[in-house]
Amino acid sequence: MEEQTGTFAVKKGLAQMLKGGVIMDVVTAEHARIAEDAGAVAVMALERVPADIRADGGVARMSDPELILKIMDTVSIPVMAKCRIGHFVEAQILEAIGVDYIDESEVLTPADEAHHINKHAFKVPFVCGCRNLGEALRRLGEGAAMIRTKGEAGTGDVVEAVRHARSVLGEIRRLQNMPEEELMAFAKENGAPYELVVETRKLGRMPVVNFAAGGVATPADAALMMQLGVDGVFVGSGIFKSGDPAHRAAAIVKAVTHYNDPYILAEVSRNLGAPMVGRNISTMPESERISDRGW
Amino acid sequence: MQIGVLALQGDFAEHLVLLRRLDVQAVEVRLPAQLDSLDGLIIPGGESTTFGKLAVHYGLVEPLRQFGQRKAIWGTCAGAIFVSKDAHRDQPLLGLMDISVARNAFGRQVASFEANLDVPALCQVDPDGRPYHAIFIRAPLIEAVRGQAQVLAKLEDGRIVAAQEGHLLATSFHPELTEDTRFHQYFLQLVRSRM
Repeated sequence: MEEQTGTFAVKKGLAQMLKGGVIMDVVTAEHARIAEDAGAVAVMALERVPADIRADGGVARMSDPELILKIMDTVSIPVMAKCRIGHFVEAQILEAIGVDYIDESEVLTPADEAHHINKHAFKVPFVCGCRNLGEALRRLGEGAAMIRTKGEAGTGDVVEAVRHARSVLGEIRRLQNMPEEELMAFAKENGAPYELVVETRKLGRMPVVNFAAGGVATPADAALMMQLGVDGVFVGSGIFKSGDPAHRAAAIVKAVTHYNDPYILAEVSRNLGAPMVGRNISTMPESERISDRGW
Repeated sequence: MQIGVLALQGDFAEHLVLLRRLDVQAVEVRLPAQLDSLDGLIIPGGESTTFGKLAVHYGLVEPLRQFGQRKAIWGTCAGAIFVSKDAHRDQPLLGLMDISVARNAFGRQVASFEANLDVPALCQVDPDGRPYHAIFIRAPLIEAVRGQAQVLAKLEDGRIVAAQEGHLLATSFHPELTEDTRFHQYFLQLVRSRM
């Protein structure tokens, strides 16, 4: 038989291999090396971490392919990169240089205010952000092979990550207790493809891997997300905006593996140096929130 | 019979689901003491560098080596790298199987693939001999088998993707991502042979 590439099973399969792991934002090859040495399962290659994108303002775009290629040459673990929401040409470029996963990300400035990328058209898999189950299932409908709850990137405040994870996981629990005749109304109210609503209810979880993202800054934050029921965590600004990135990165990796063991969590939380300073989301103006991007 | 699945990271939950479907008691293993009551161990897919870091830090490397001297171990993908003697790279390995592997031998994720394999050994658990549909994700290749290690499956072009050395098993691909339980059944035979 012919070997088949780019199937949904292999796209979704790579995310399954990342489960129970930490995916770290890195902006240089040196960062990527530190992340791999700390035990990261993958790195997200980008020019600026979300905290700096926030601070700098302006338009945030796909990173220079040269930077991404350097990072791909440096580490043996998978390399992800971000494109703008709806910017399918940035995605084509990222696929052409051979990144392992594309994050169609709200952290960058959206290129399309109504449409996301048709991700079925690509051989490279995509991860997309969500705030609730309806948004997640719309992204799956477009061909995403992995989901992450959005949180509020670049803040170091875990509250939105918790809100979004509770929303997604709570809606799945609600679906499971719902009589079958109510599923179409659920699909309609949540703007979710009906078939995916049915499948999620049957599985008792989303049909793809679901990571947490956006505001995870400490080992305790990471373990909190794991105990809430996500499959792994993305850490963006939380590592390389902290006082001792190598030490903190390794501690967060251990916290995700041993998320249910408070004694190990206590051990790995000691003497990590200063965490990223952070931004309190409750006092942040609505206009500065990026998790609202995505349709 | 109780089977452990190394749960440092990776798709250990998928292995647990298939084992339980076969009515086998299956537990997650993260610390050395959890190996004590087990009859066999699966090392799942994931990132072998991550396994290595965590296994070293939590003192699992020697206990896993000792376990593998006596009892059955099966490594899938990253797990196959972890049980090998040589991965051409400075990273912690168990060195249990006399095989050398090349990491990411097929290329990056866009080259990940599905293919049917002819695996004669599976006739021991199911005589119908149908092809085995295998999923390869950024897969390693088993470059060479030495000593007591034997080839269990090859791609059409002859490249080795599964090997066995007595009670030890290594597959480049992921039986845990499929509904086909034949490889798990085959492994359980190896476990029983050492009980």
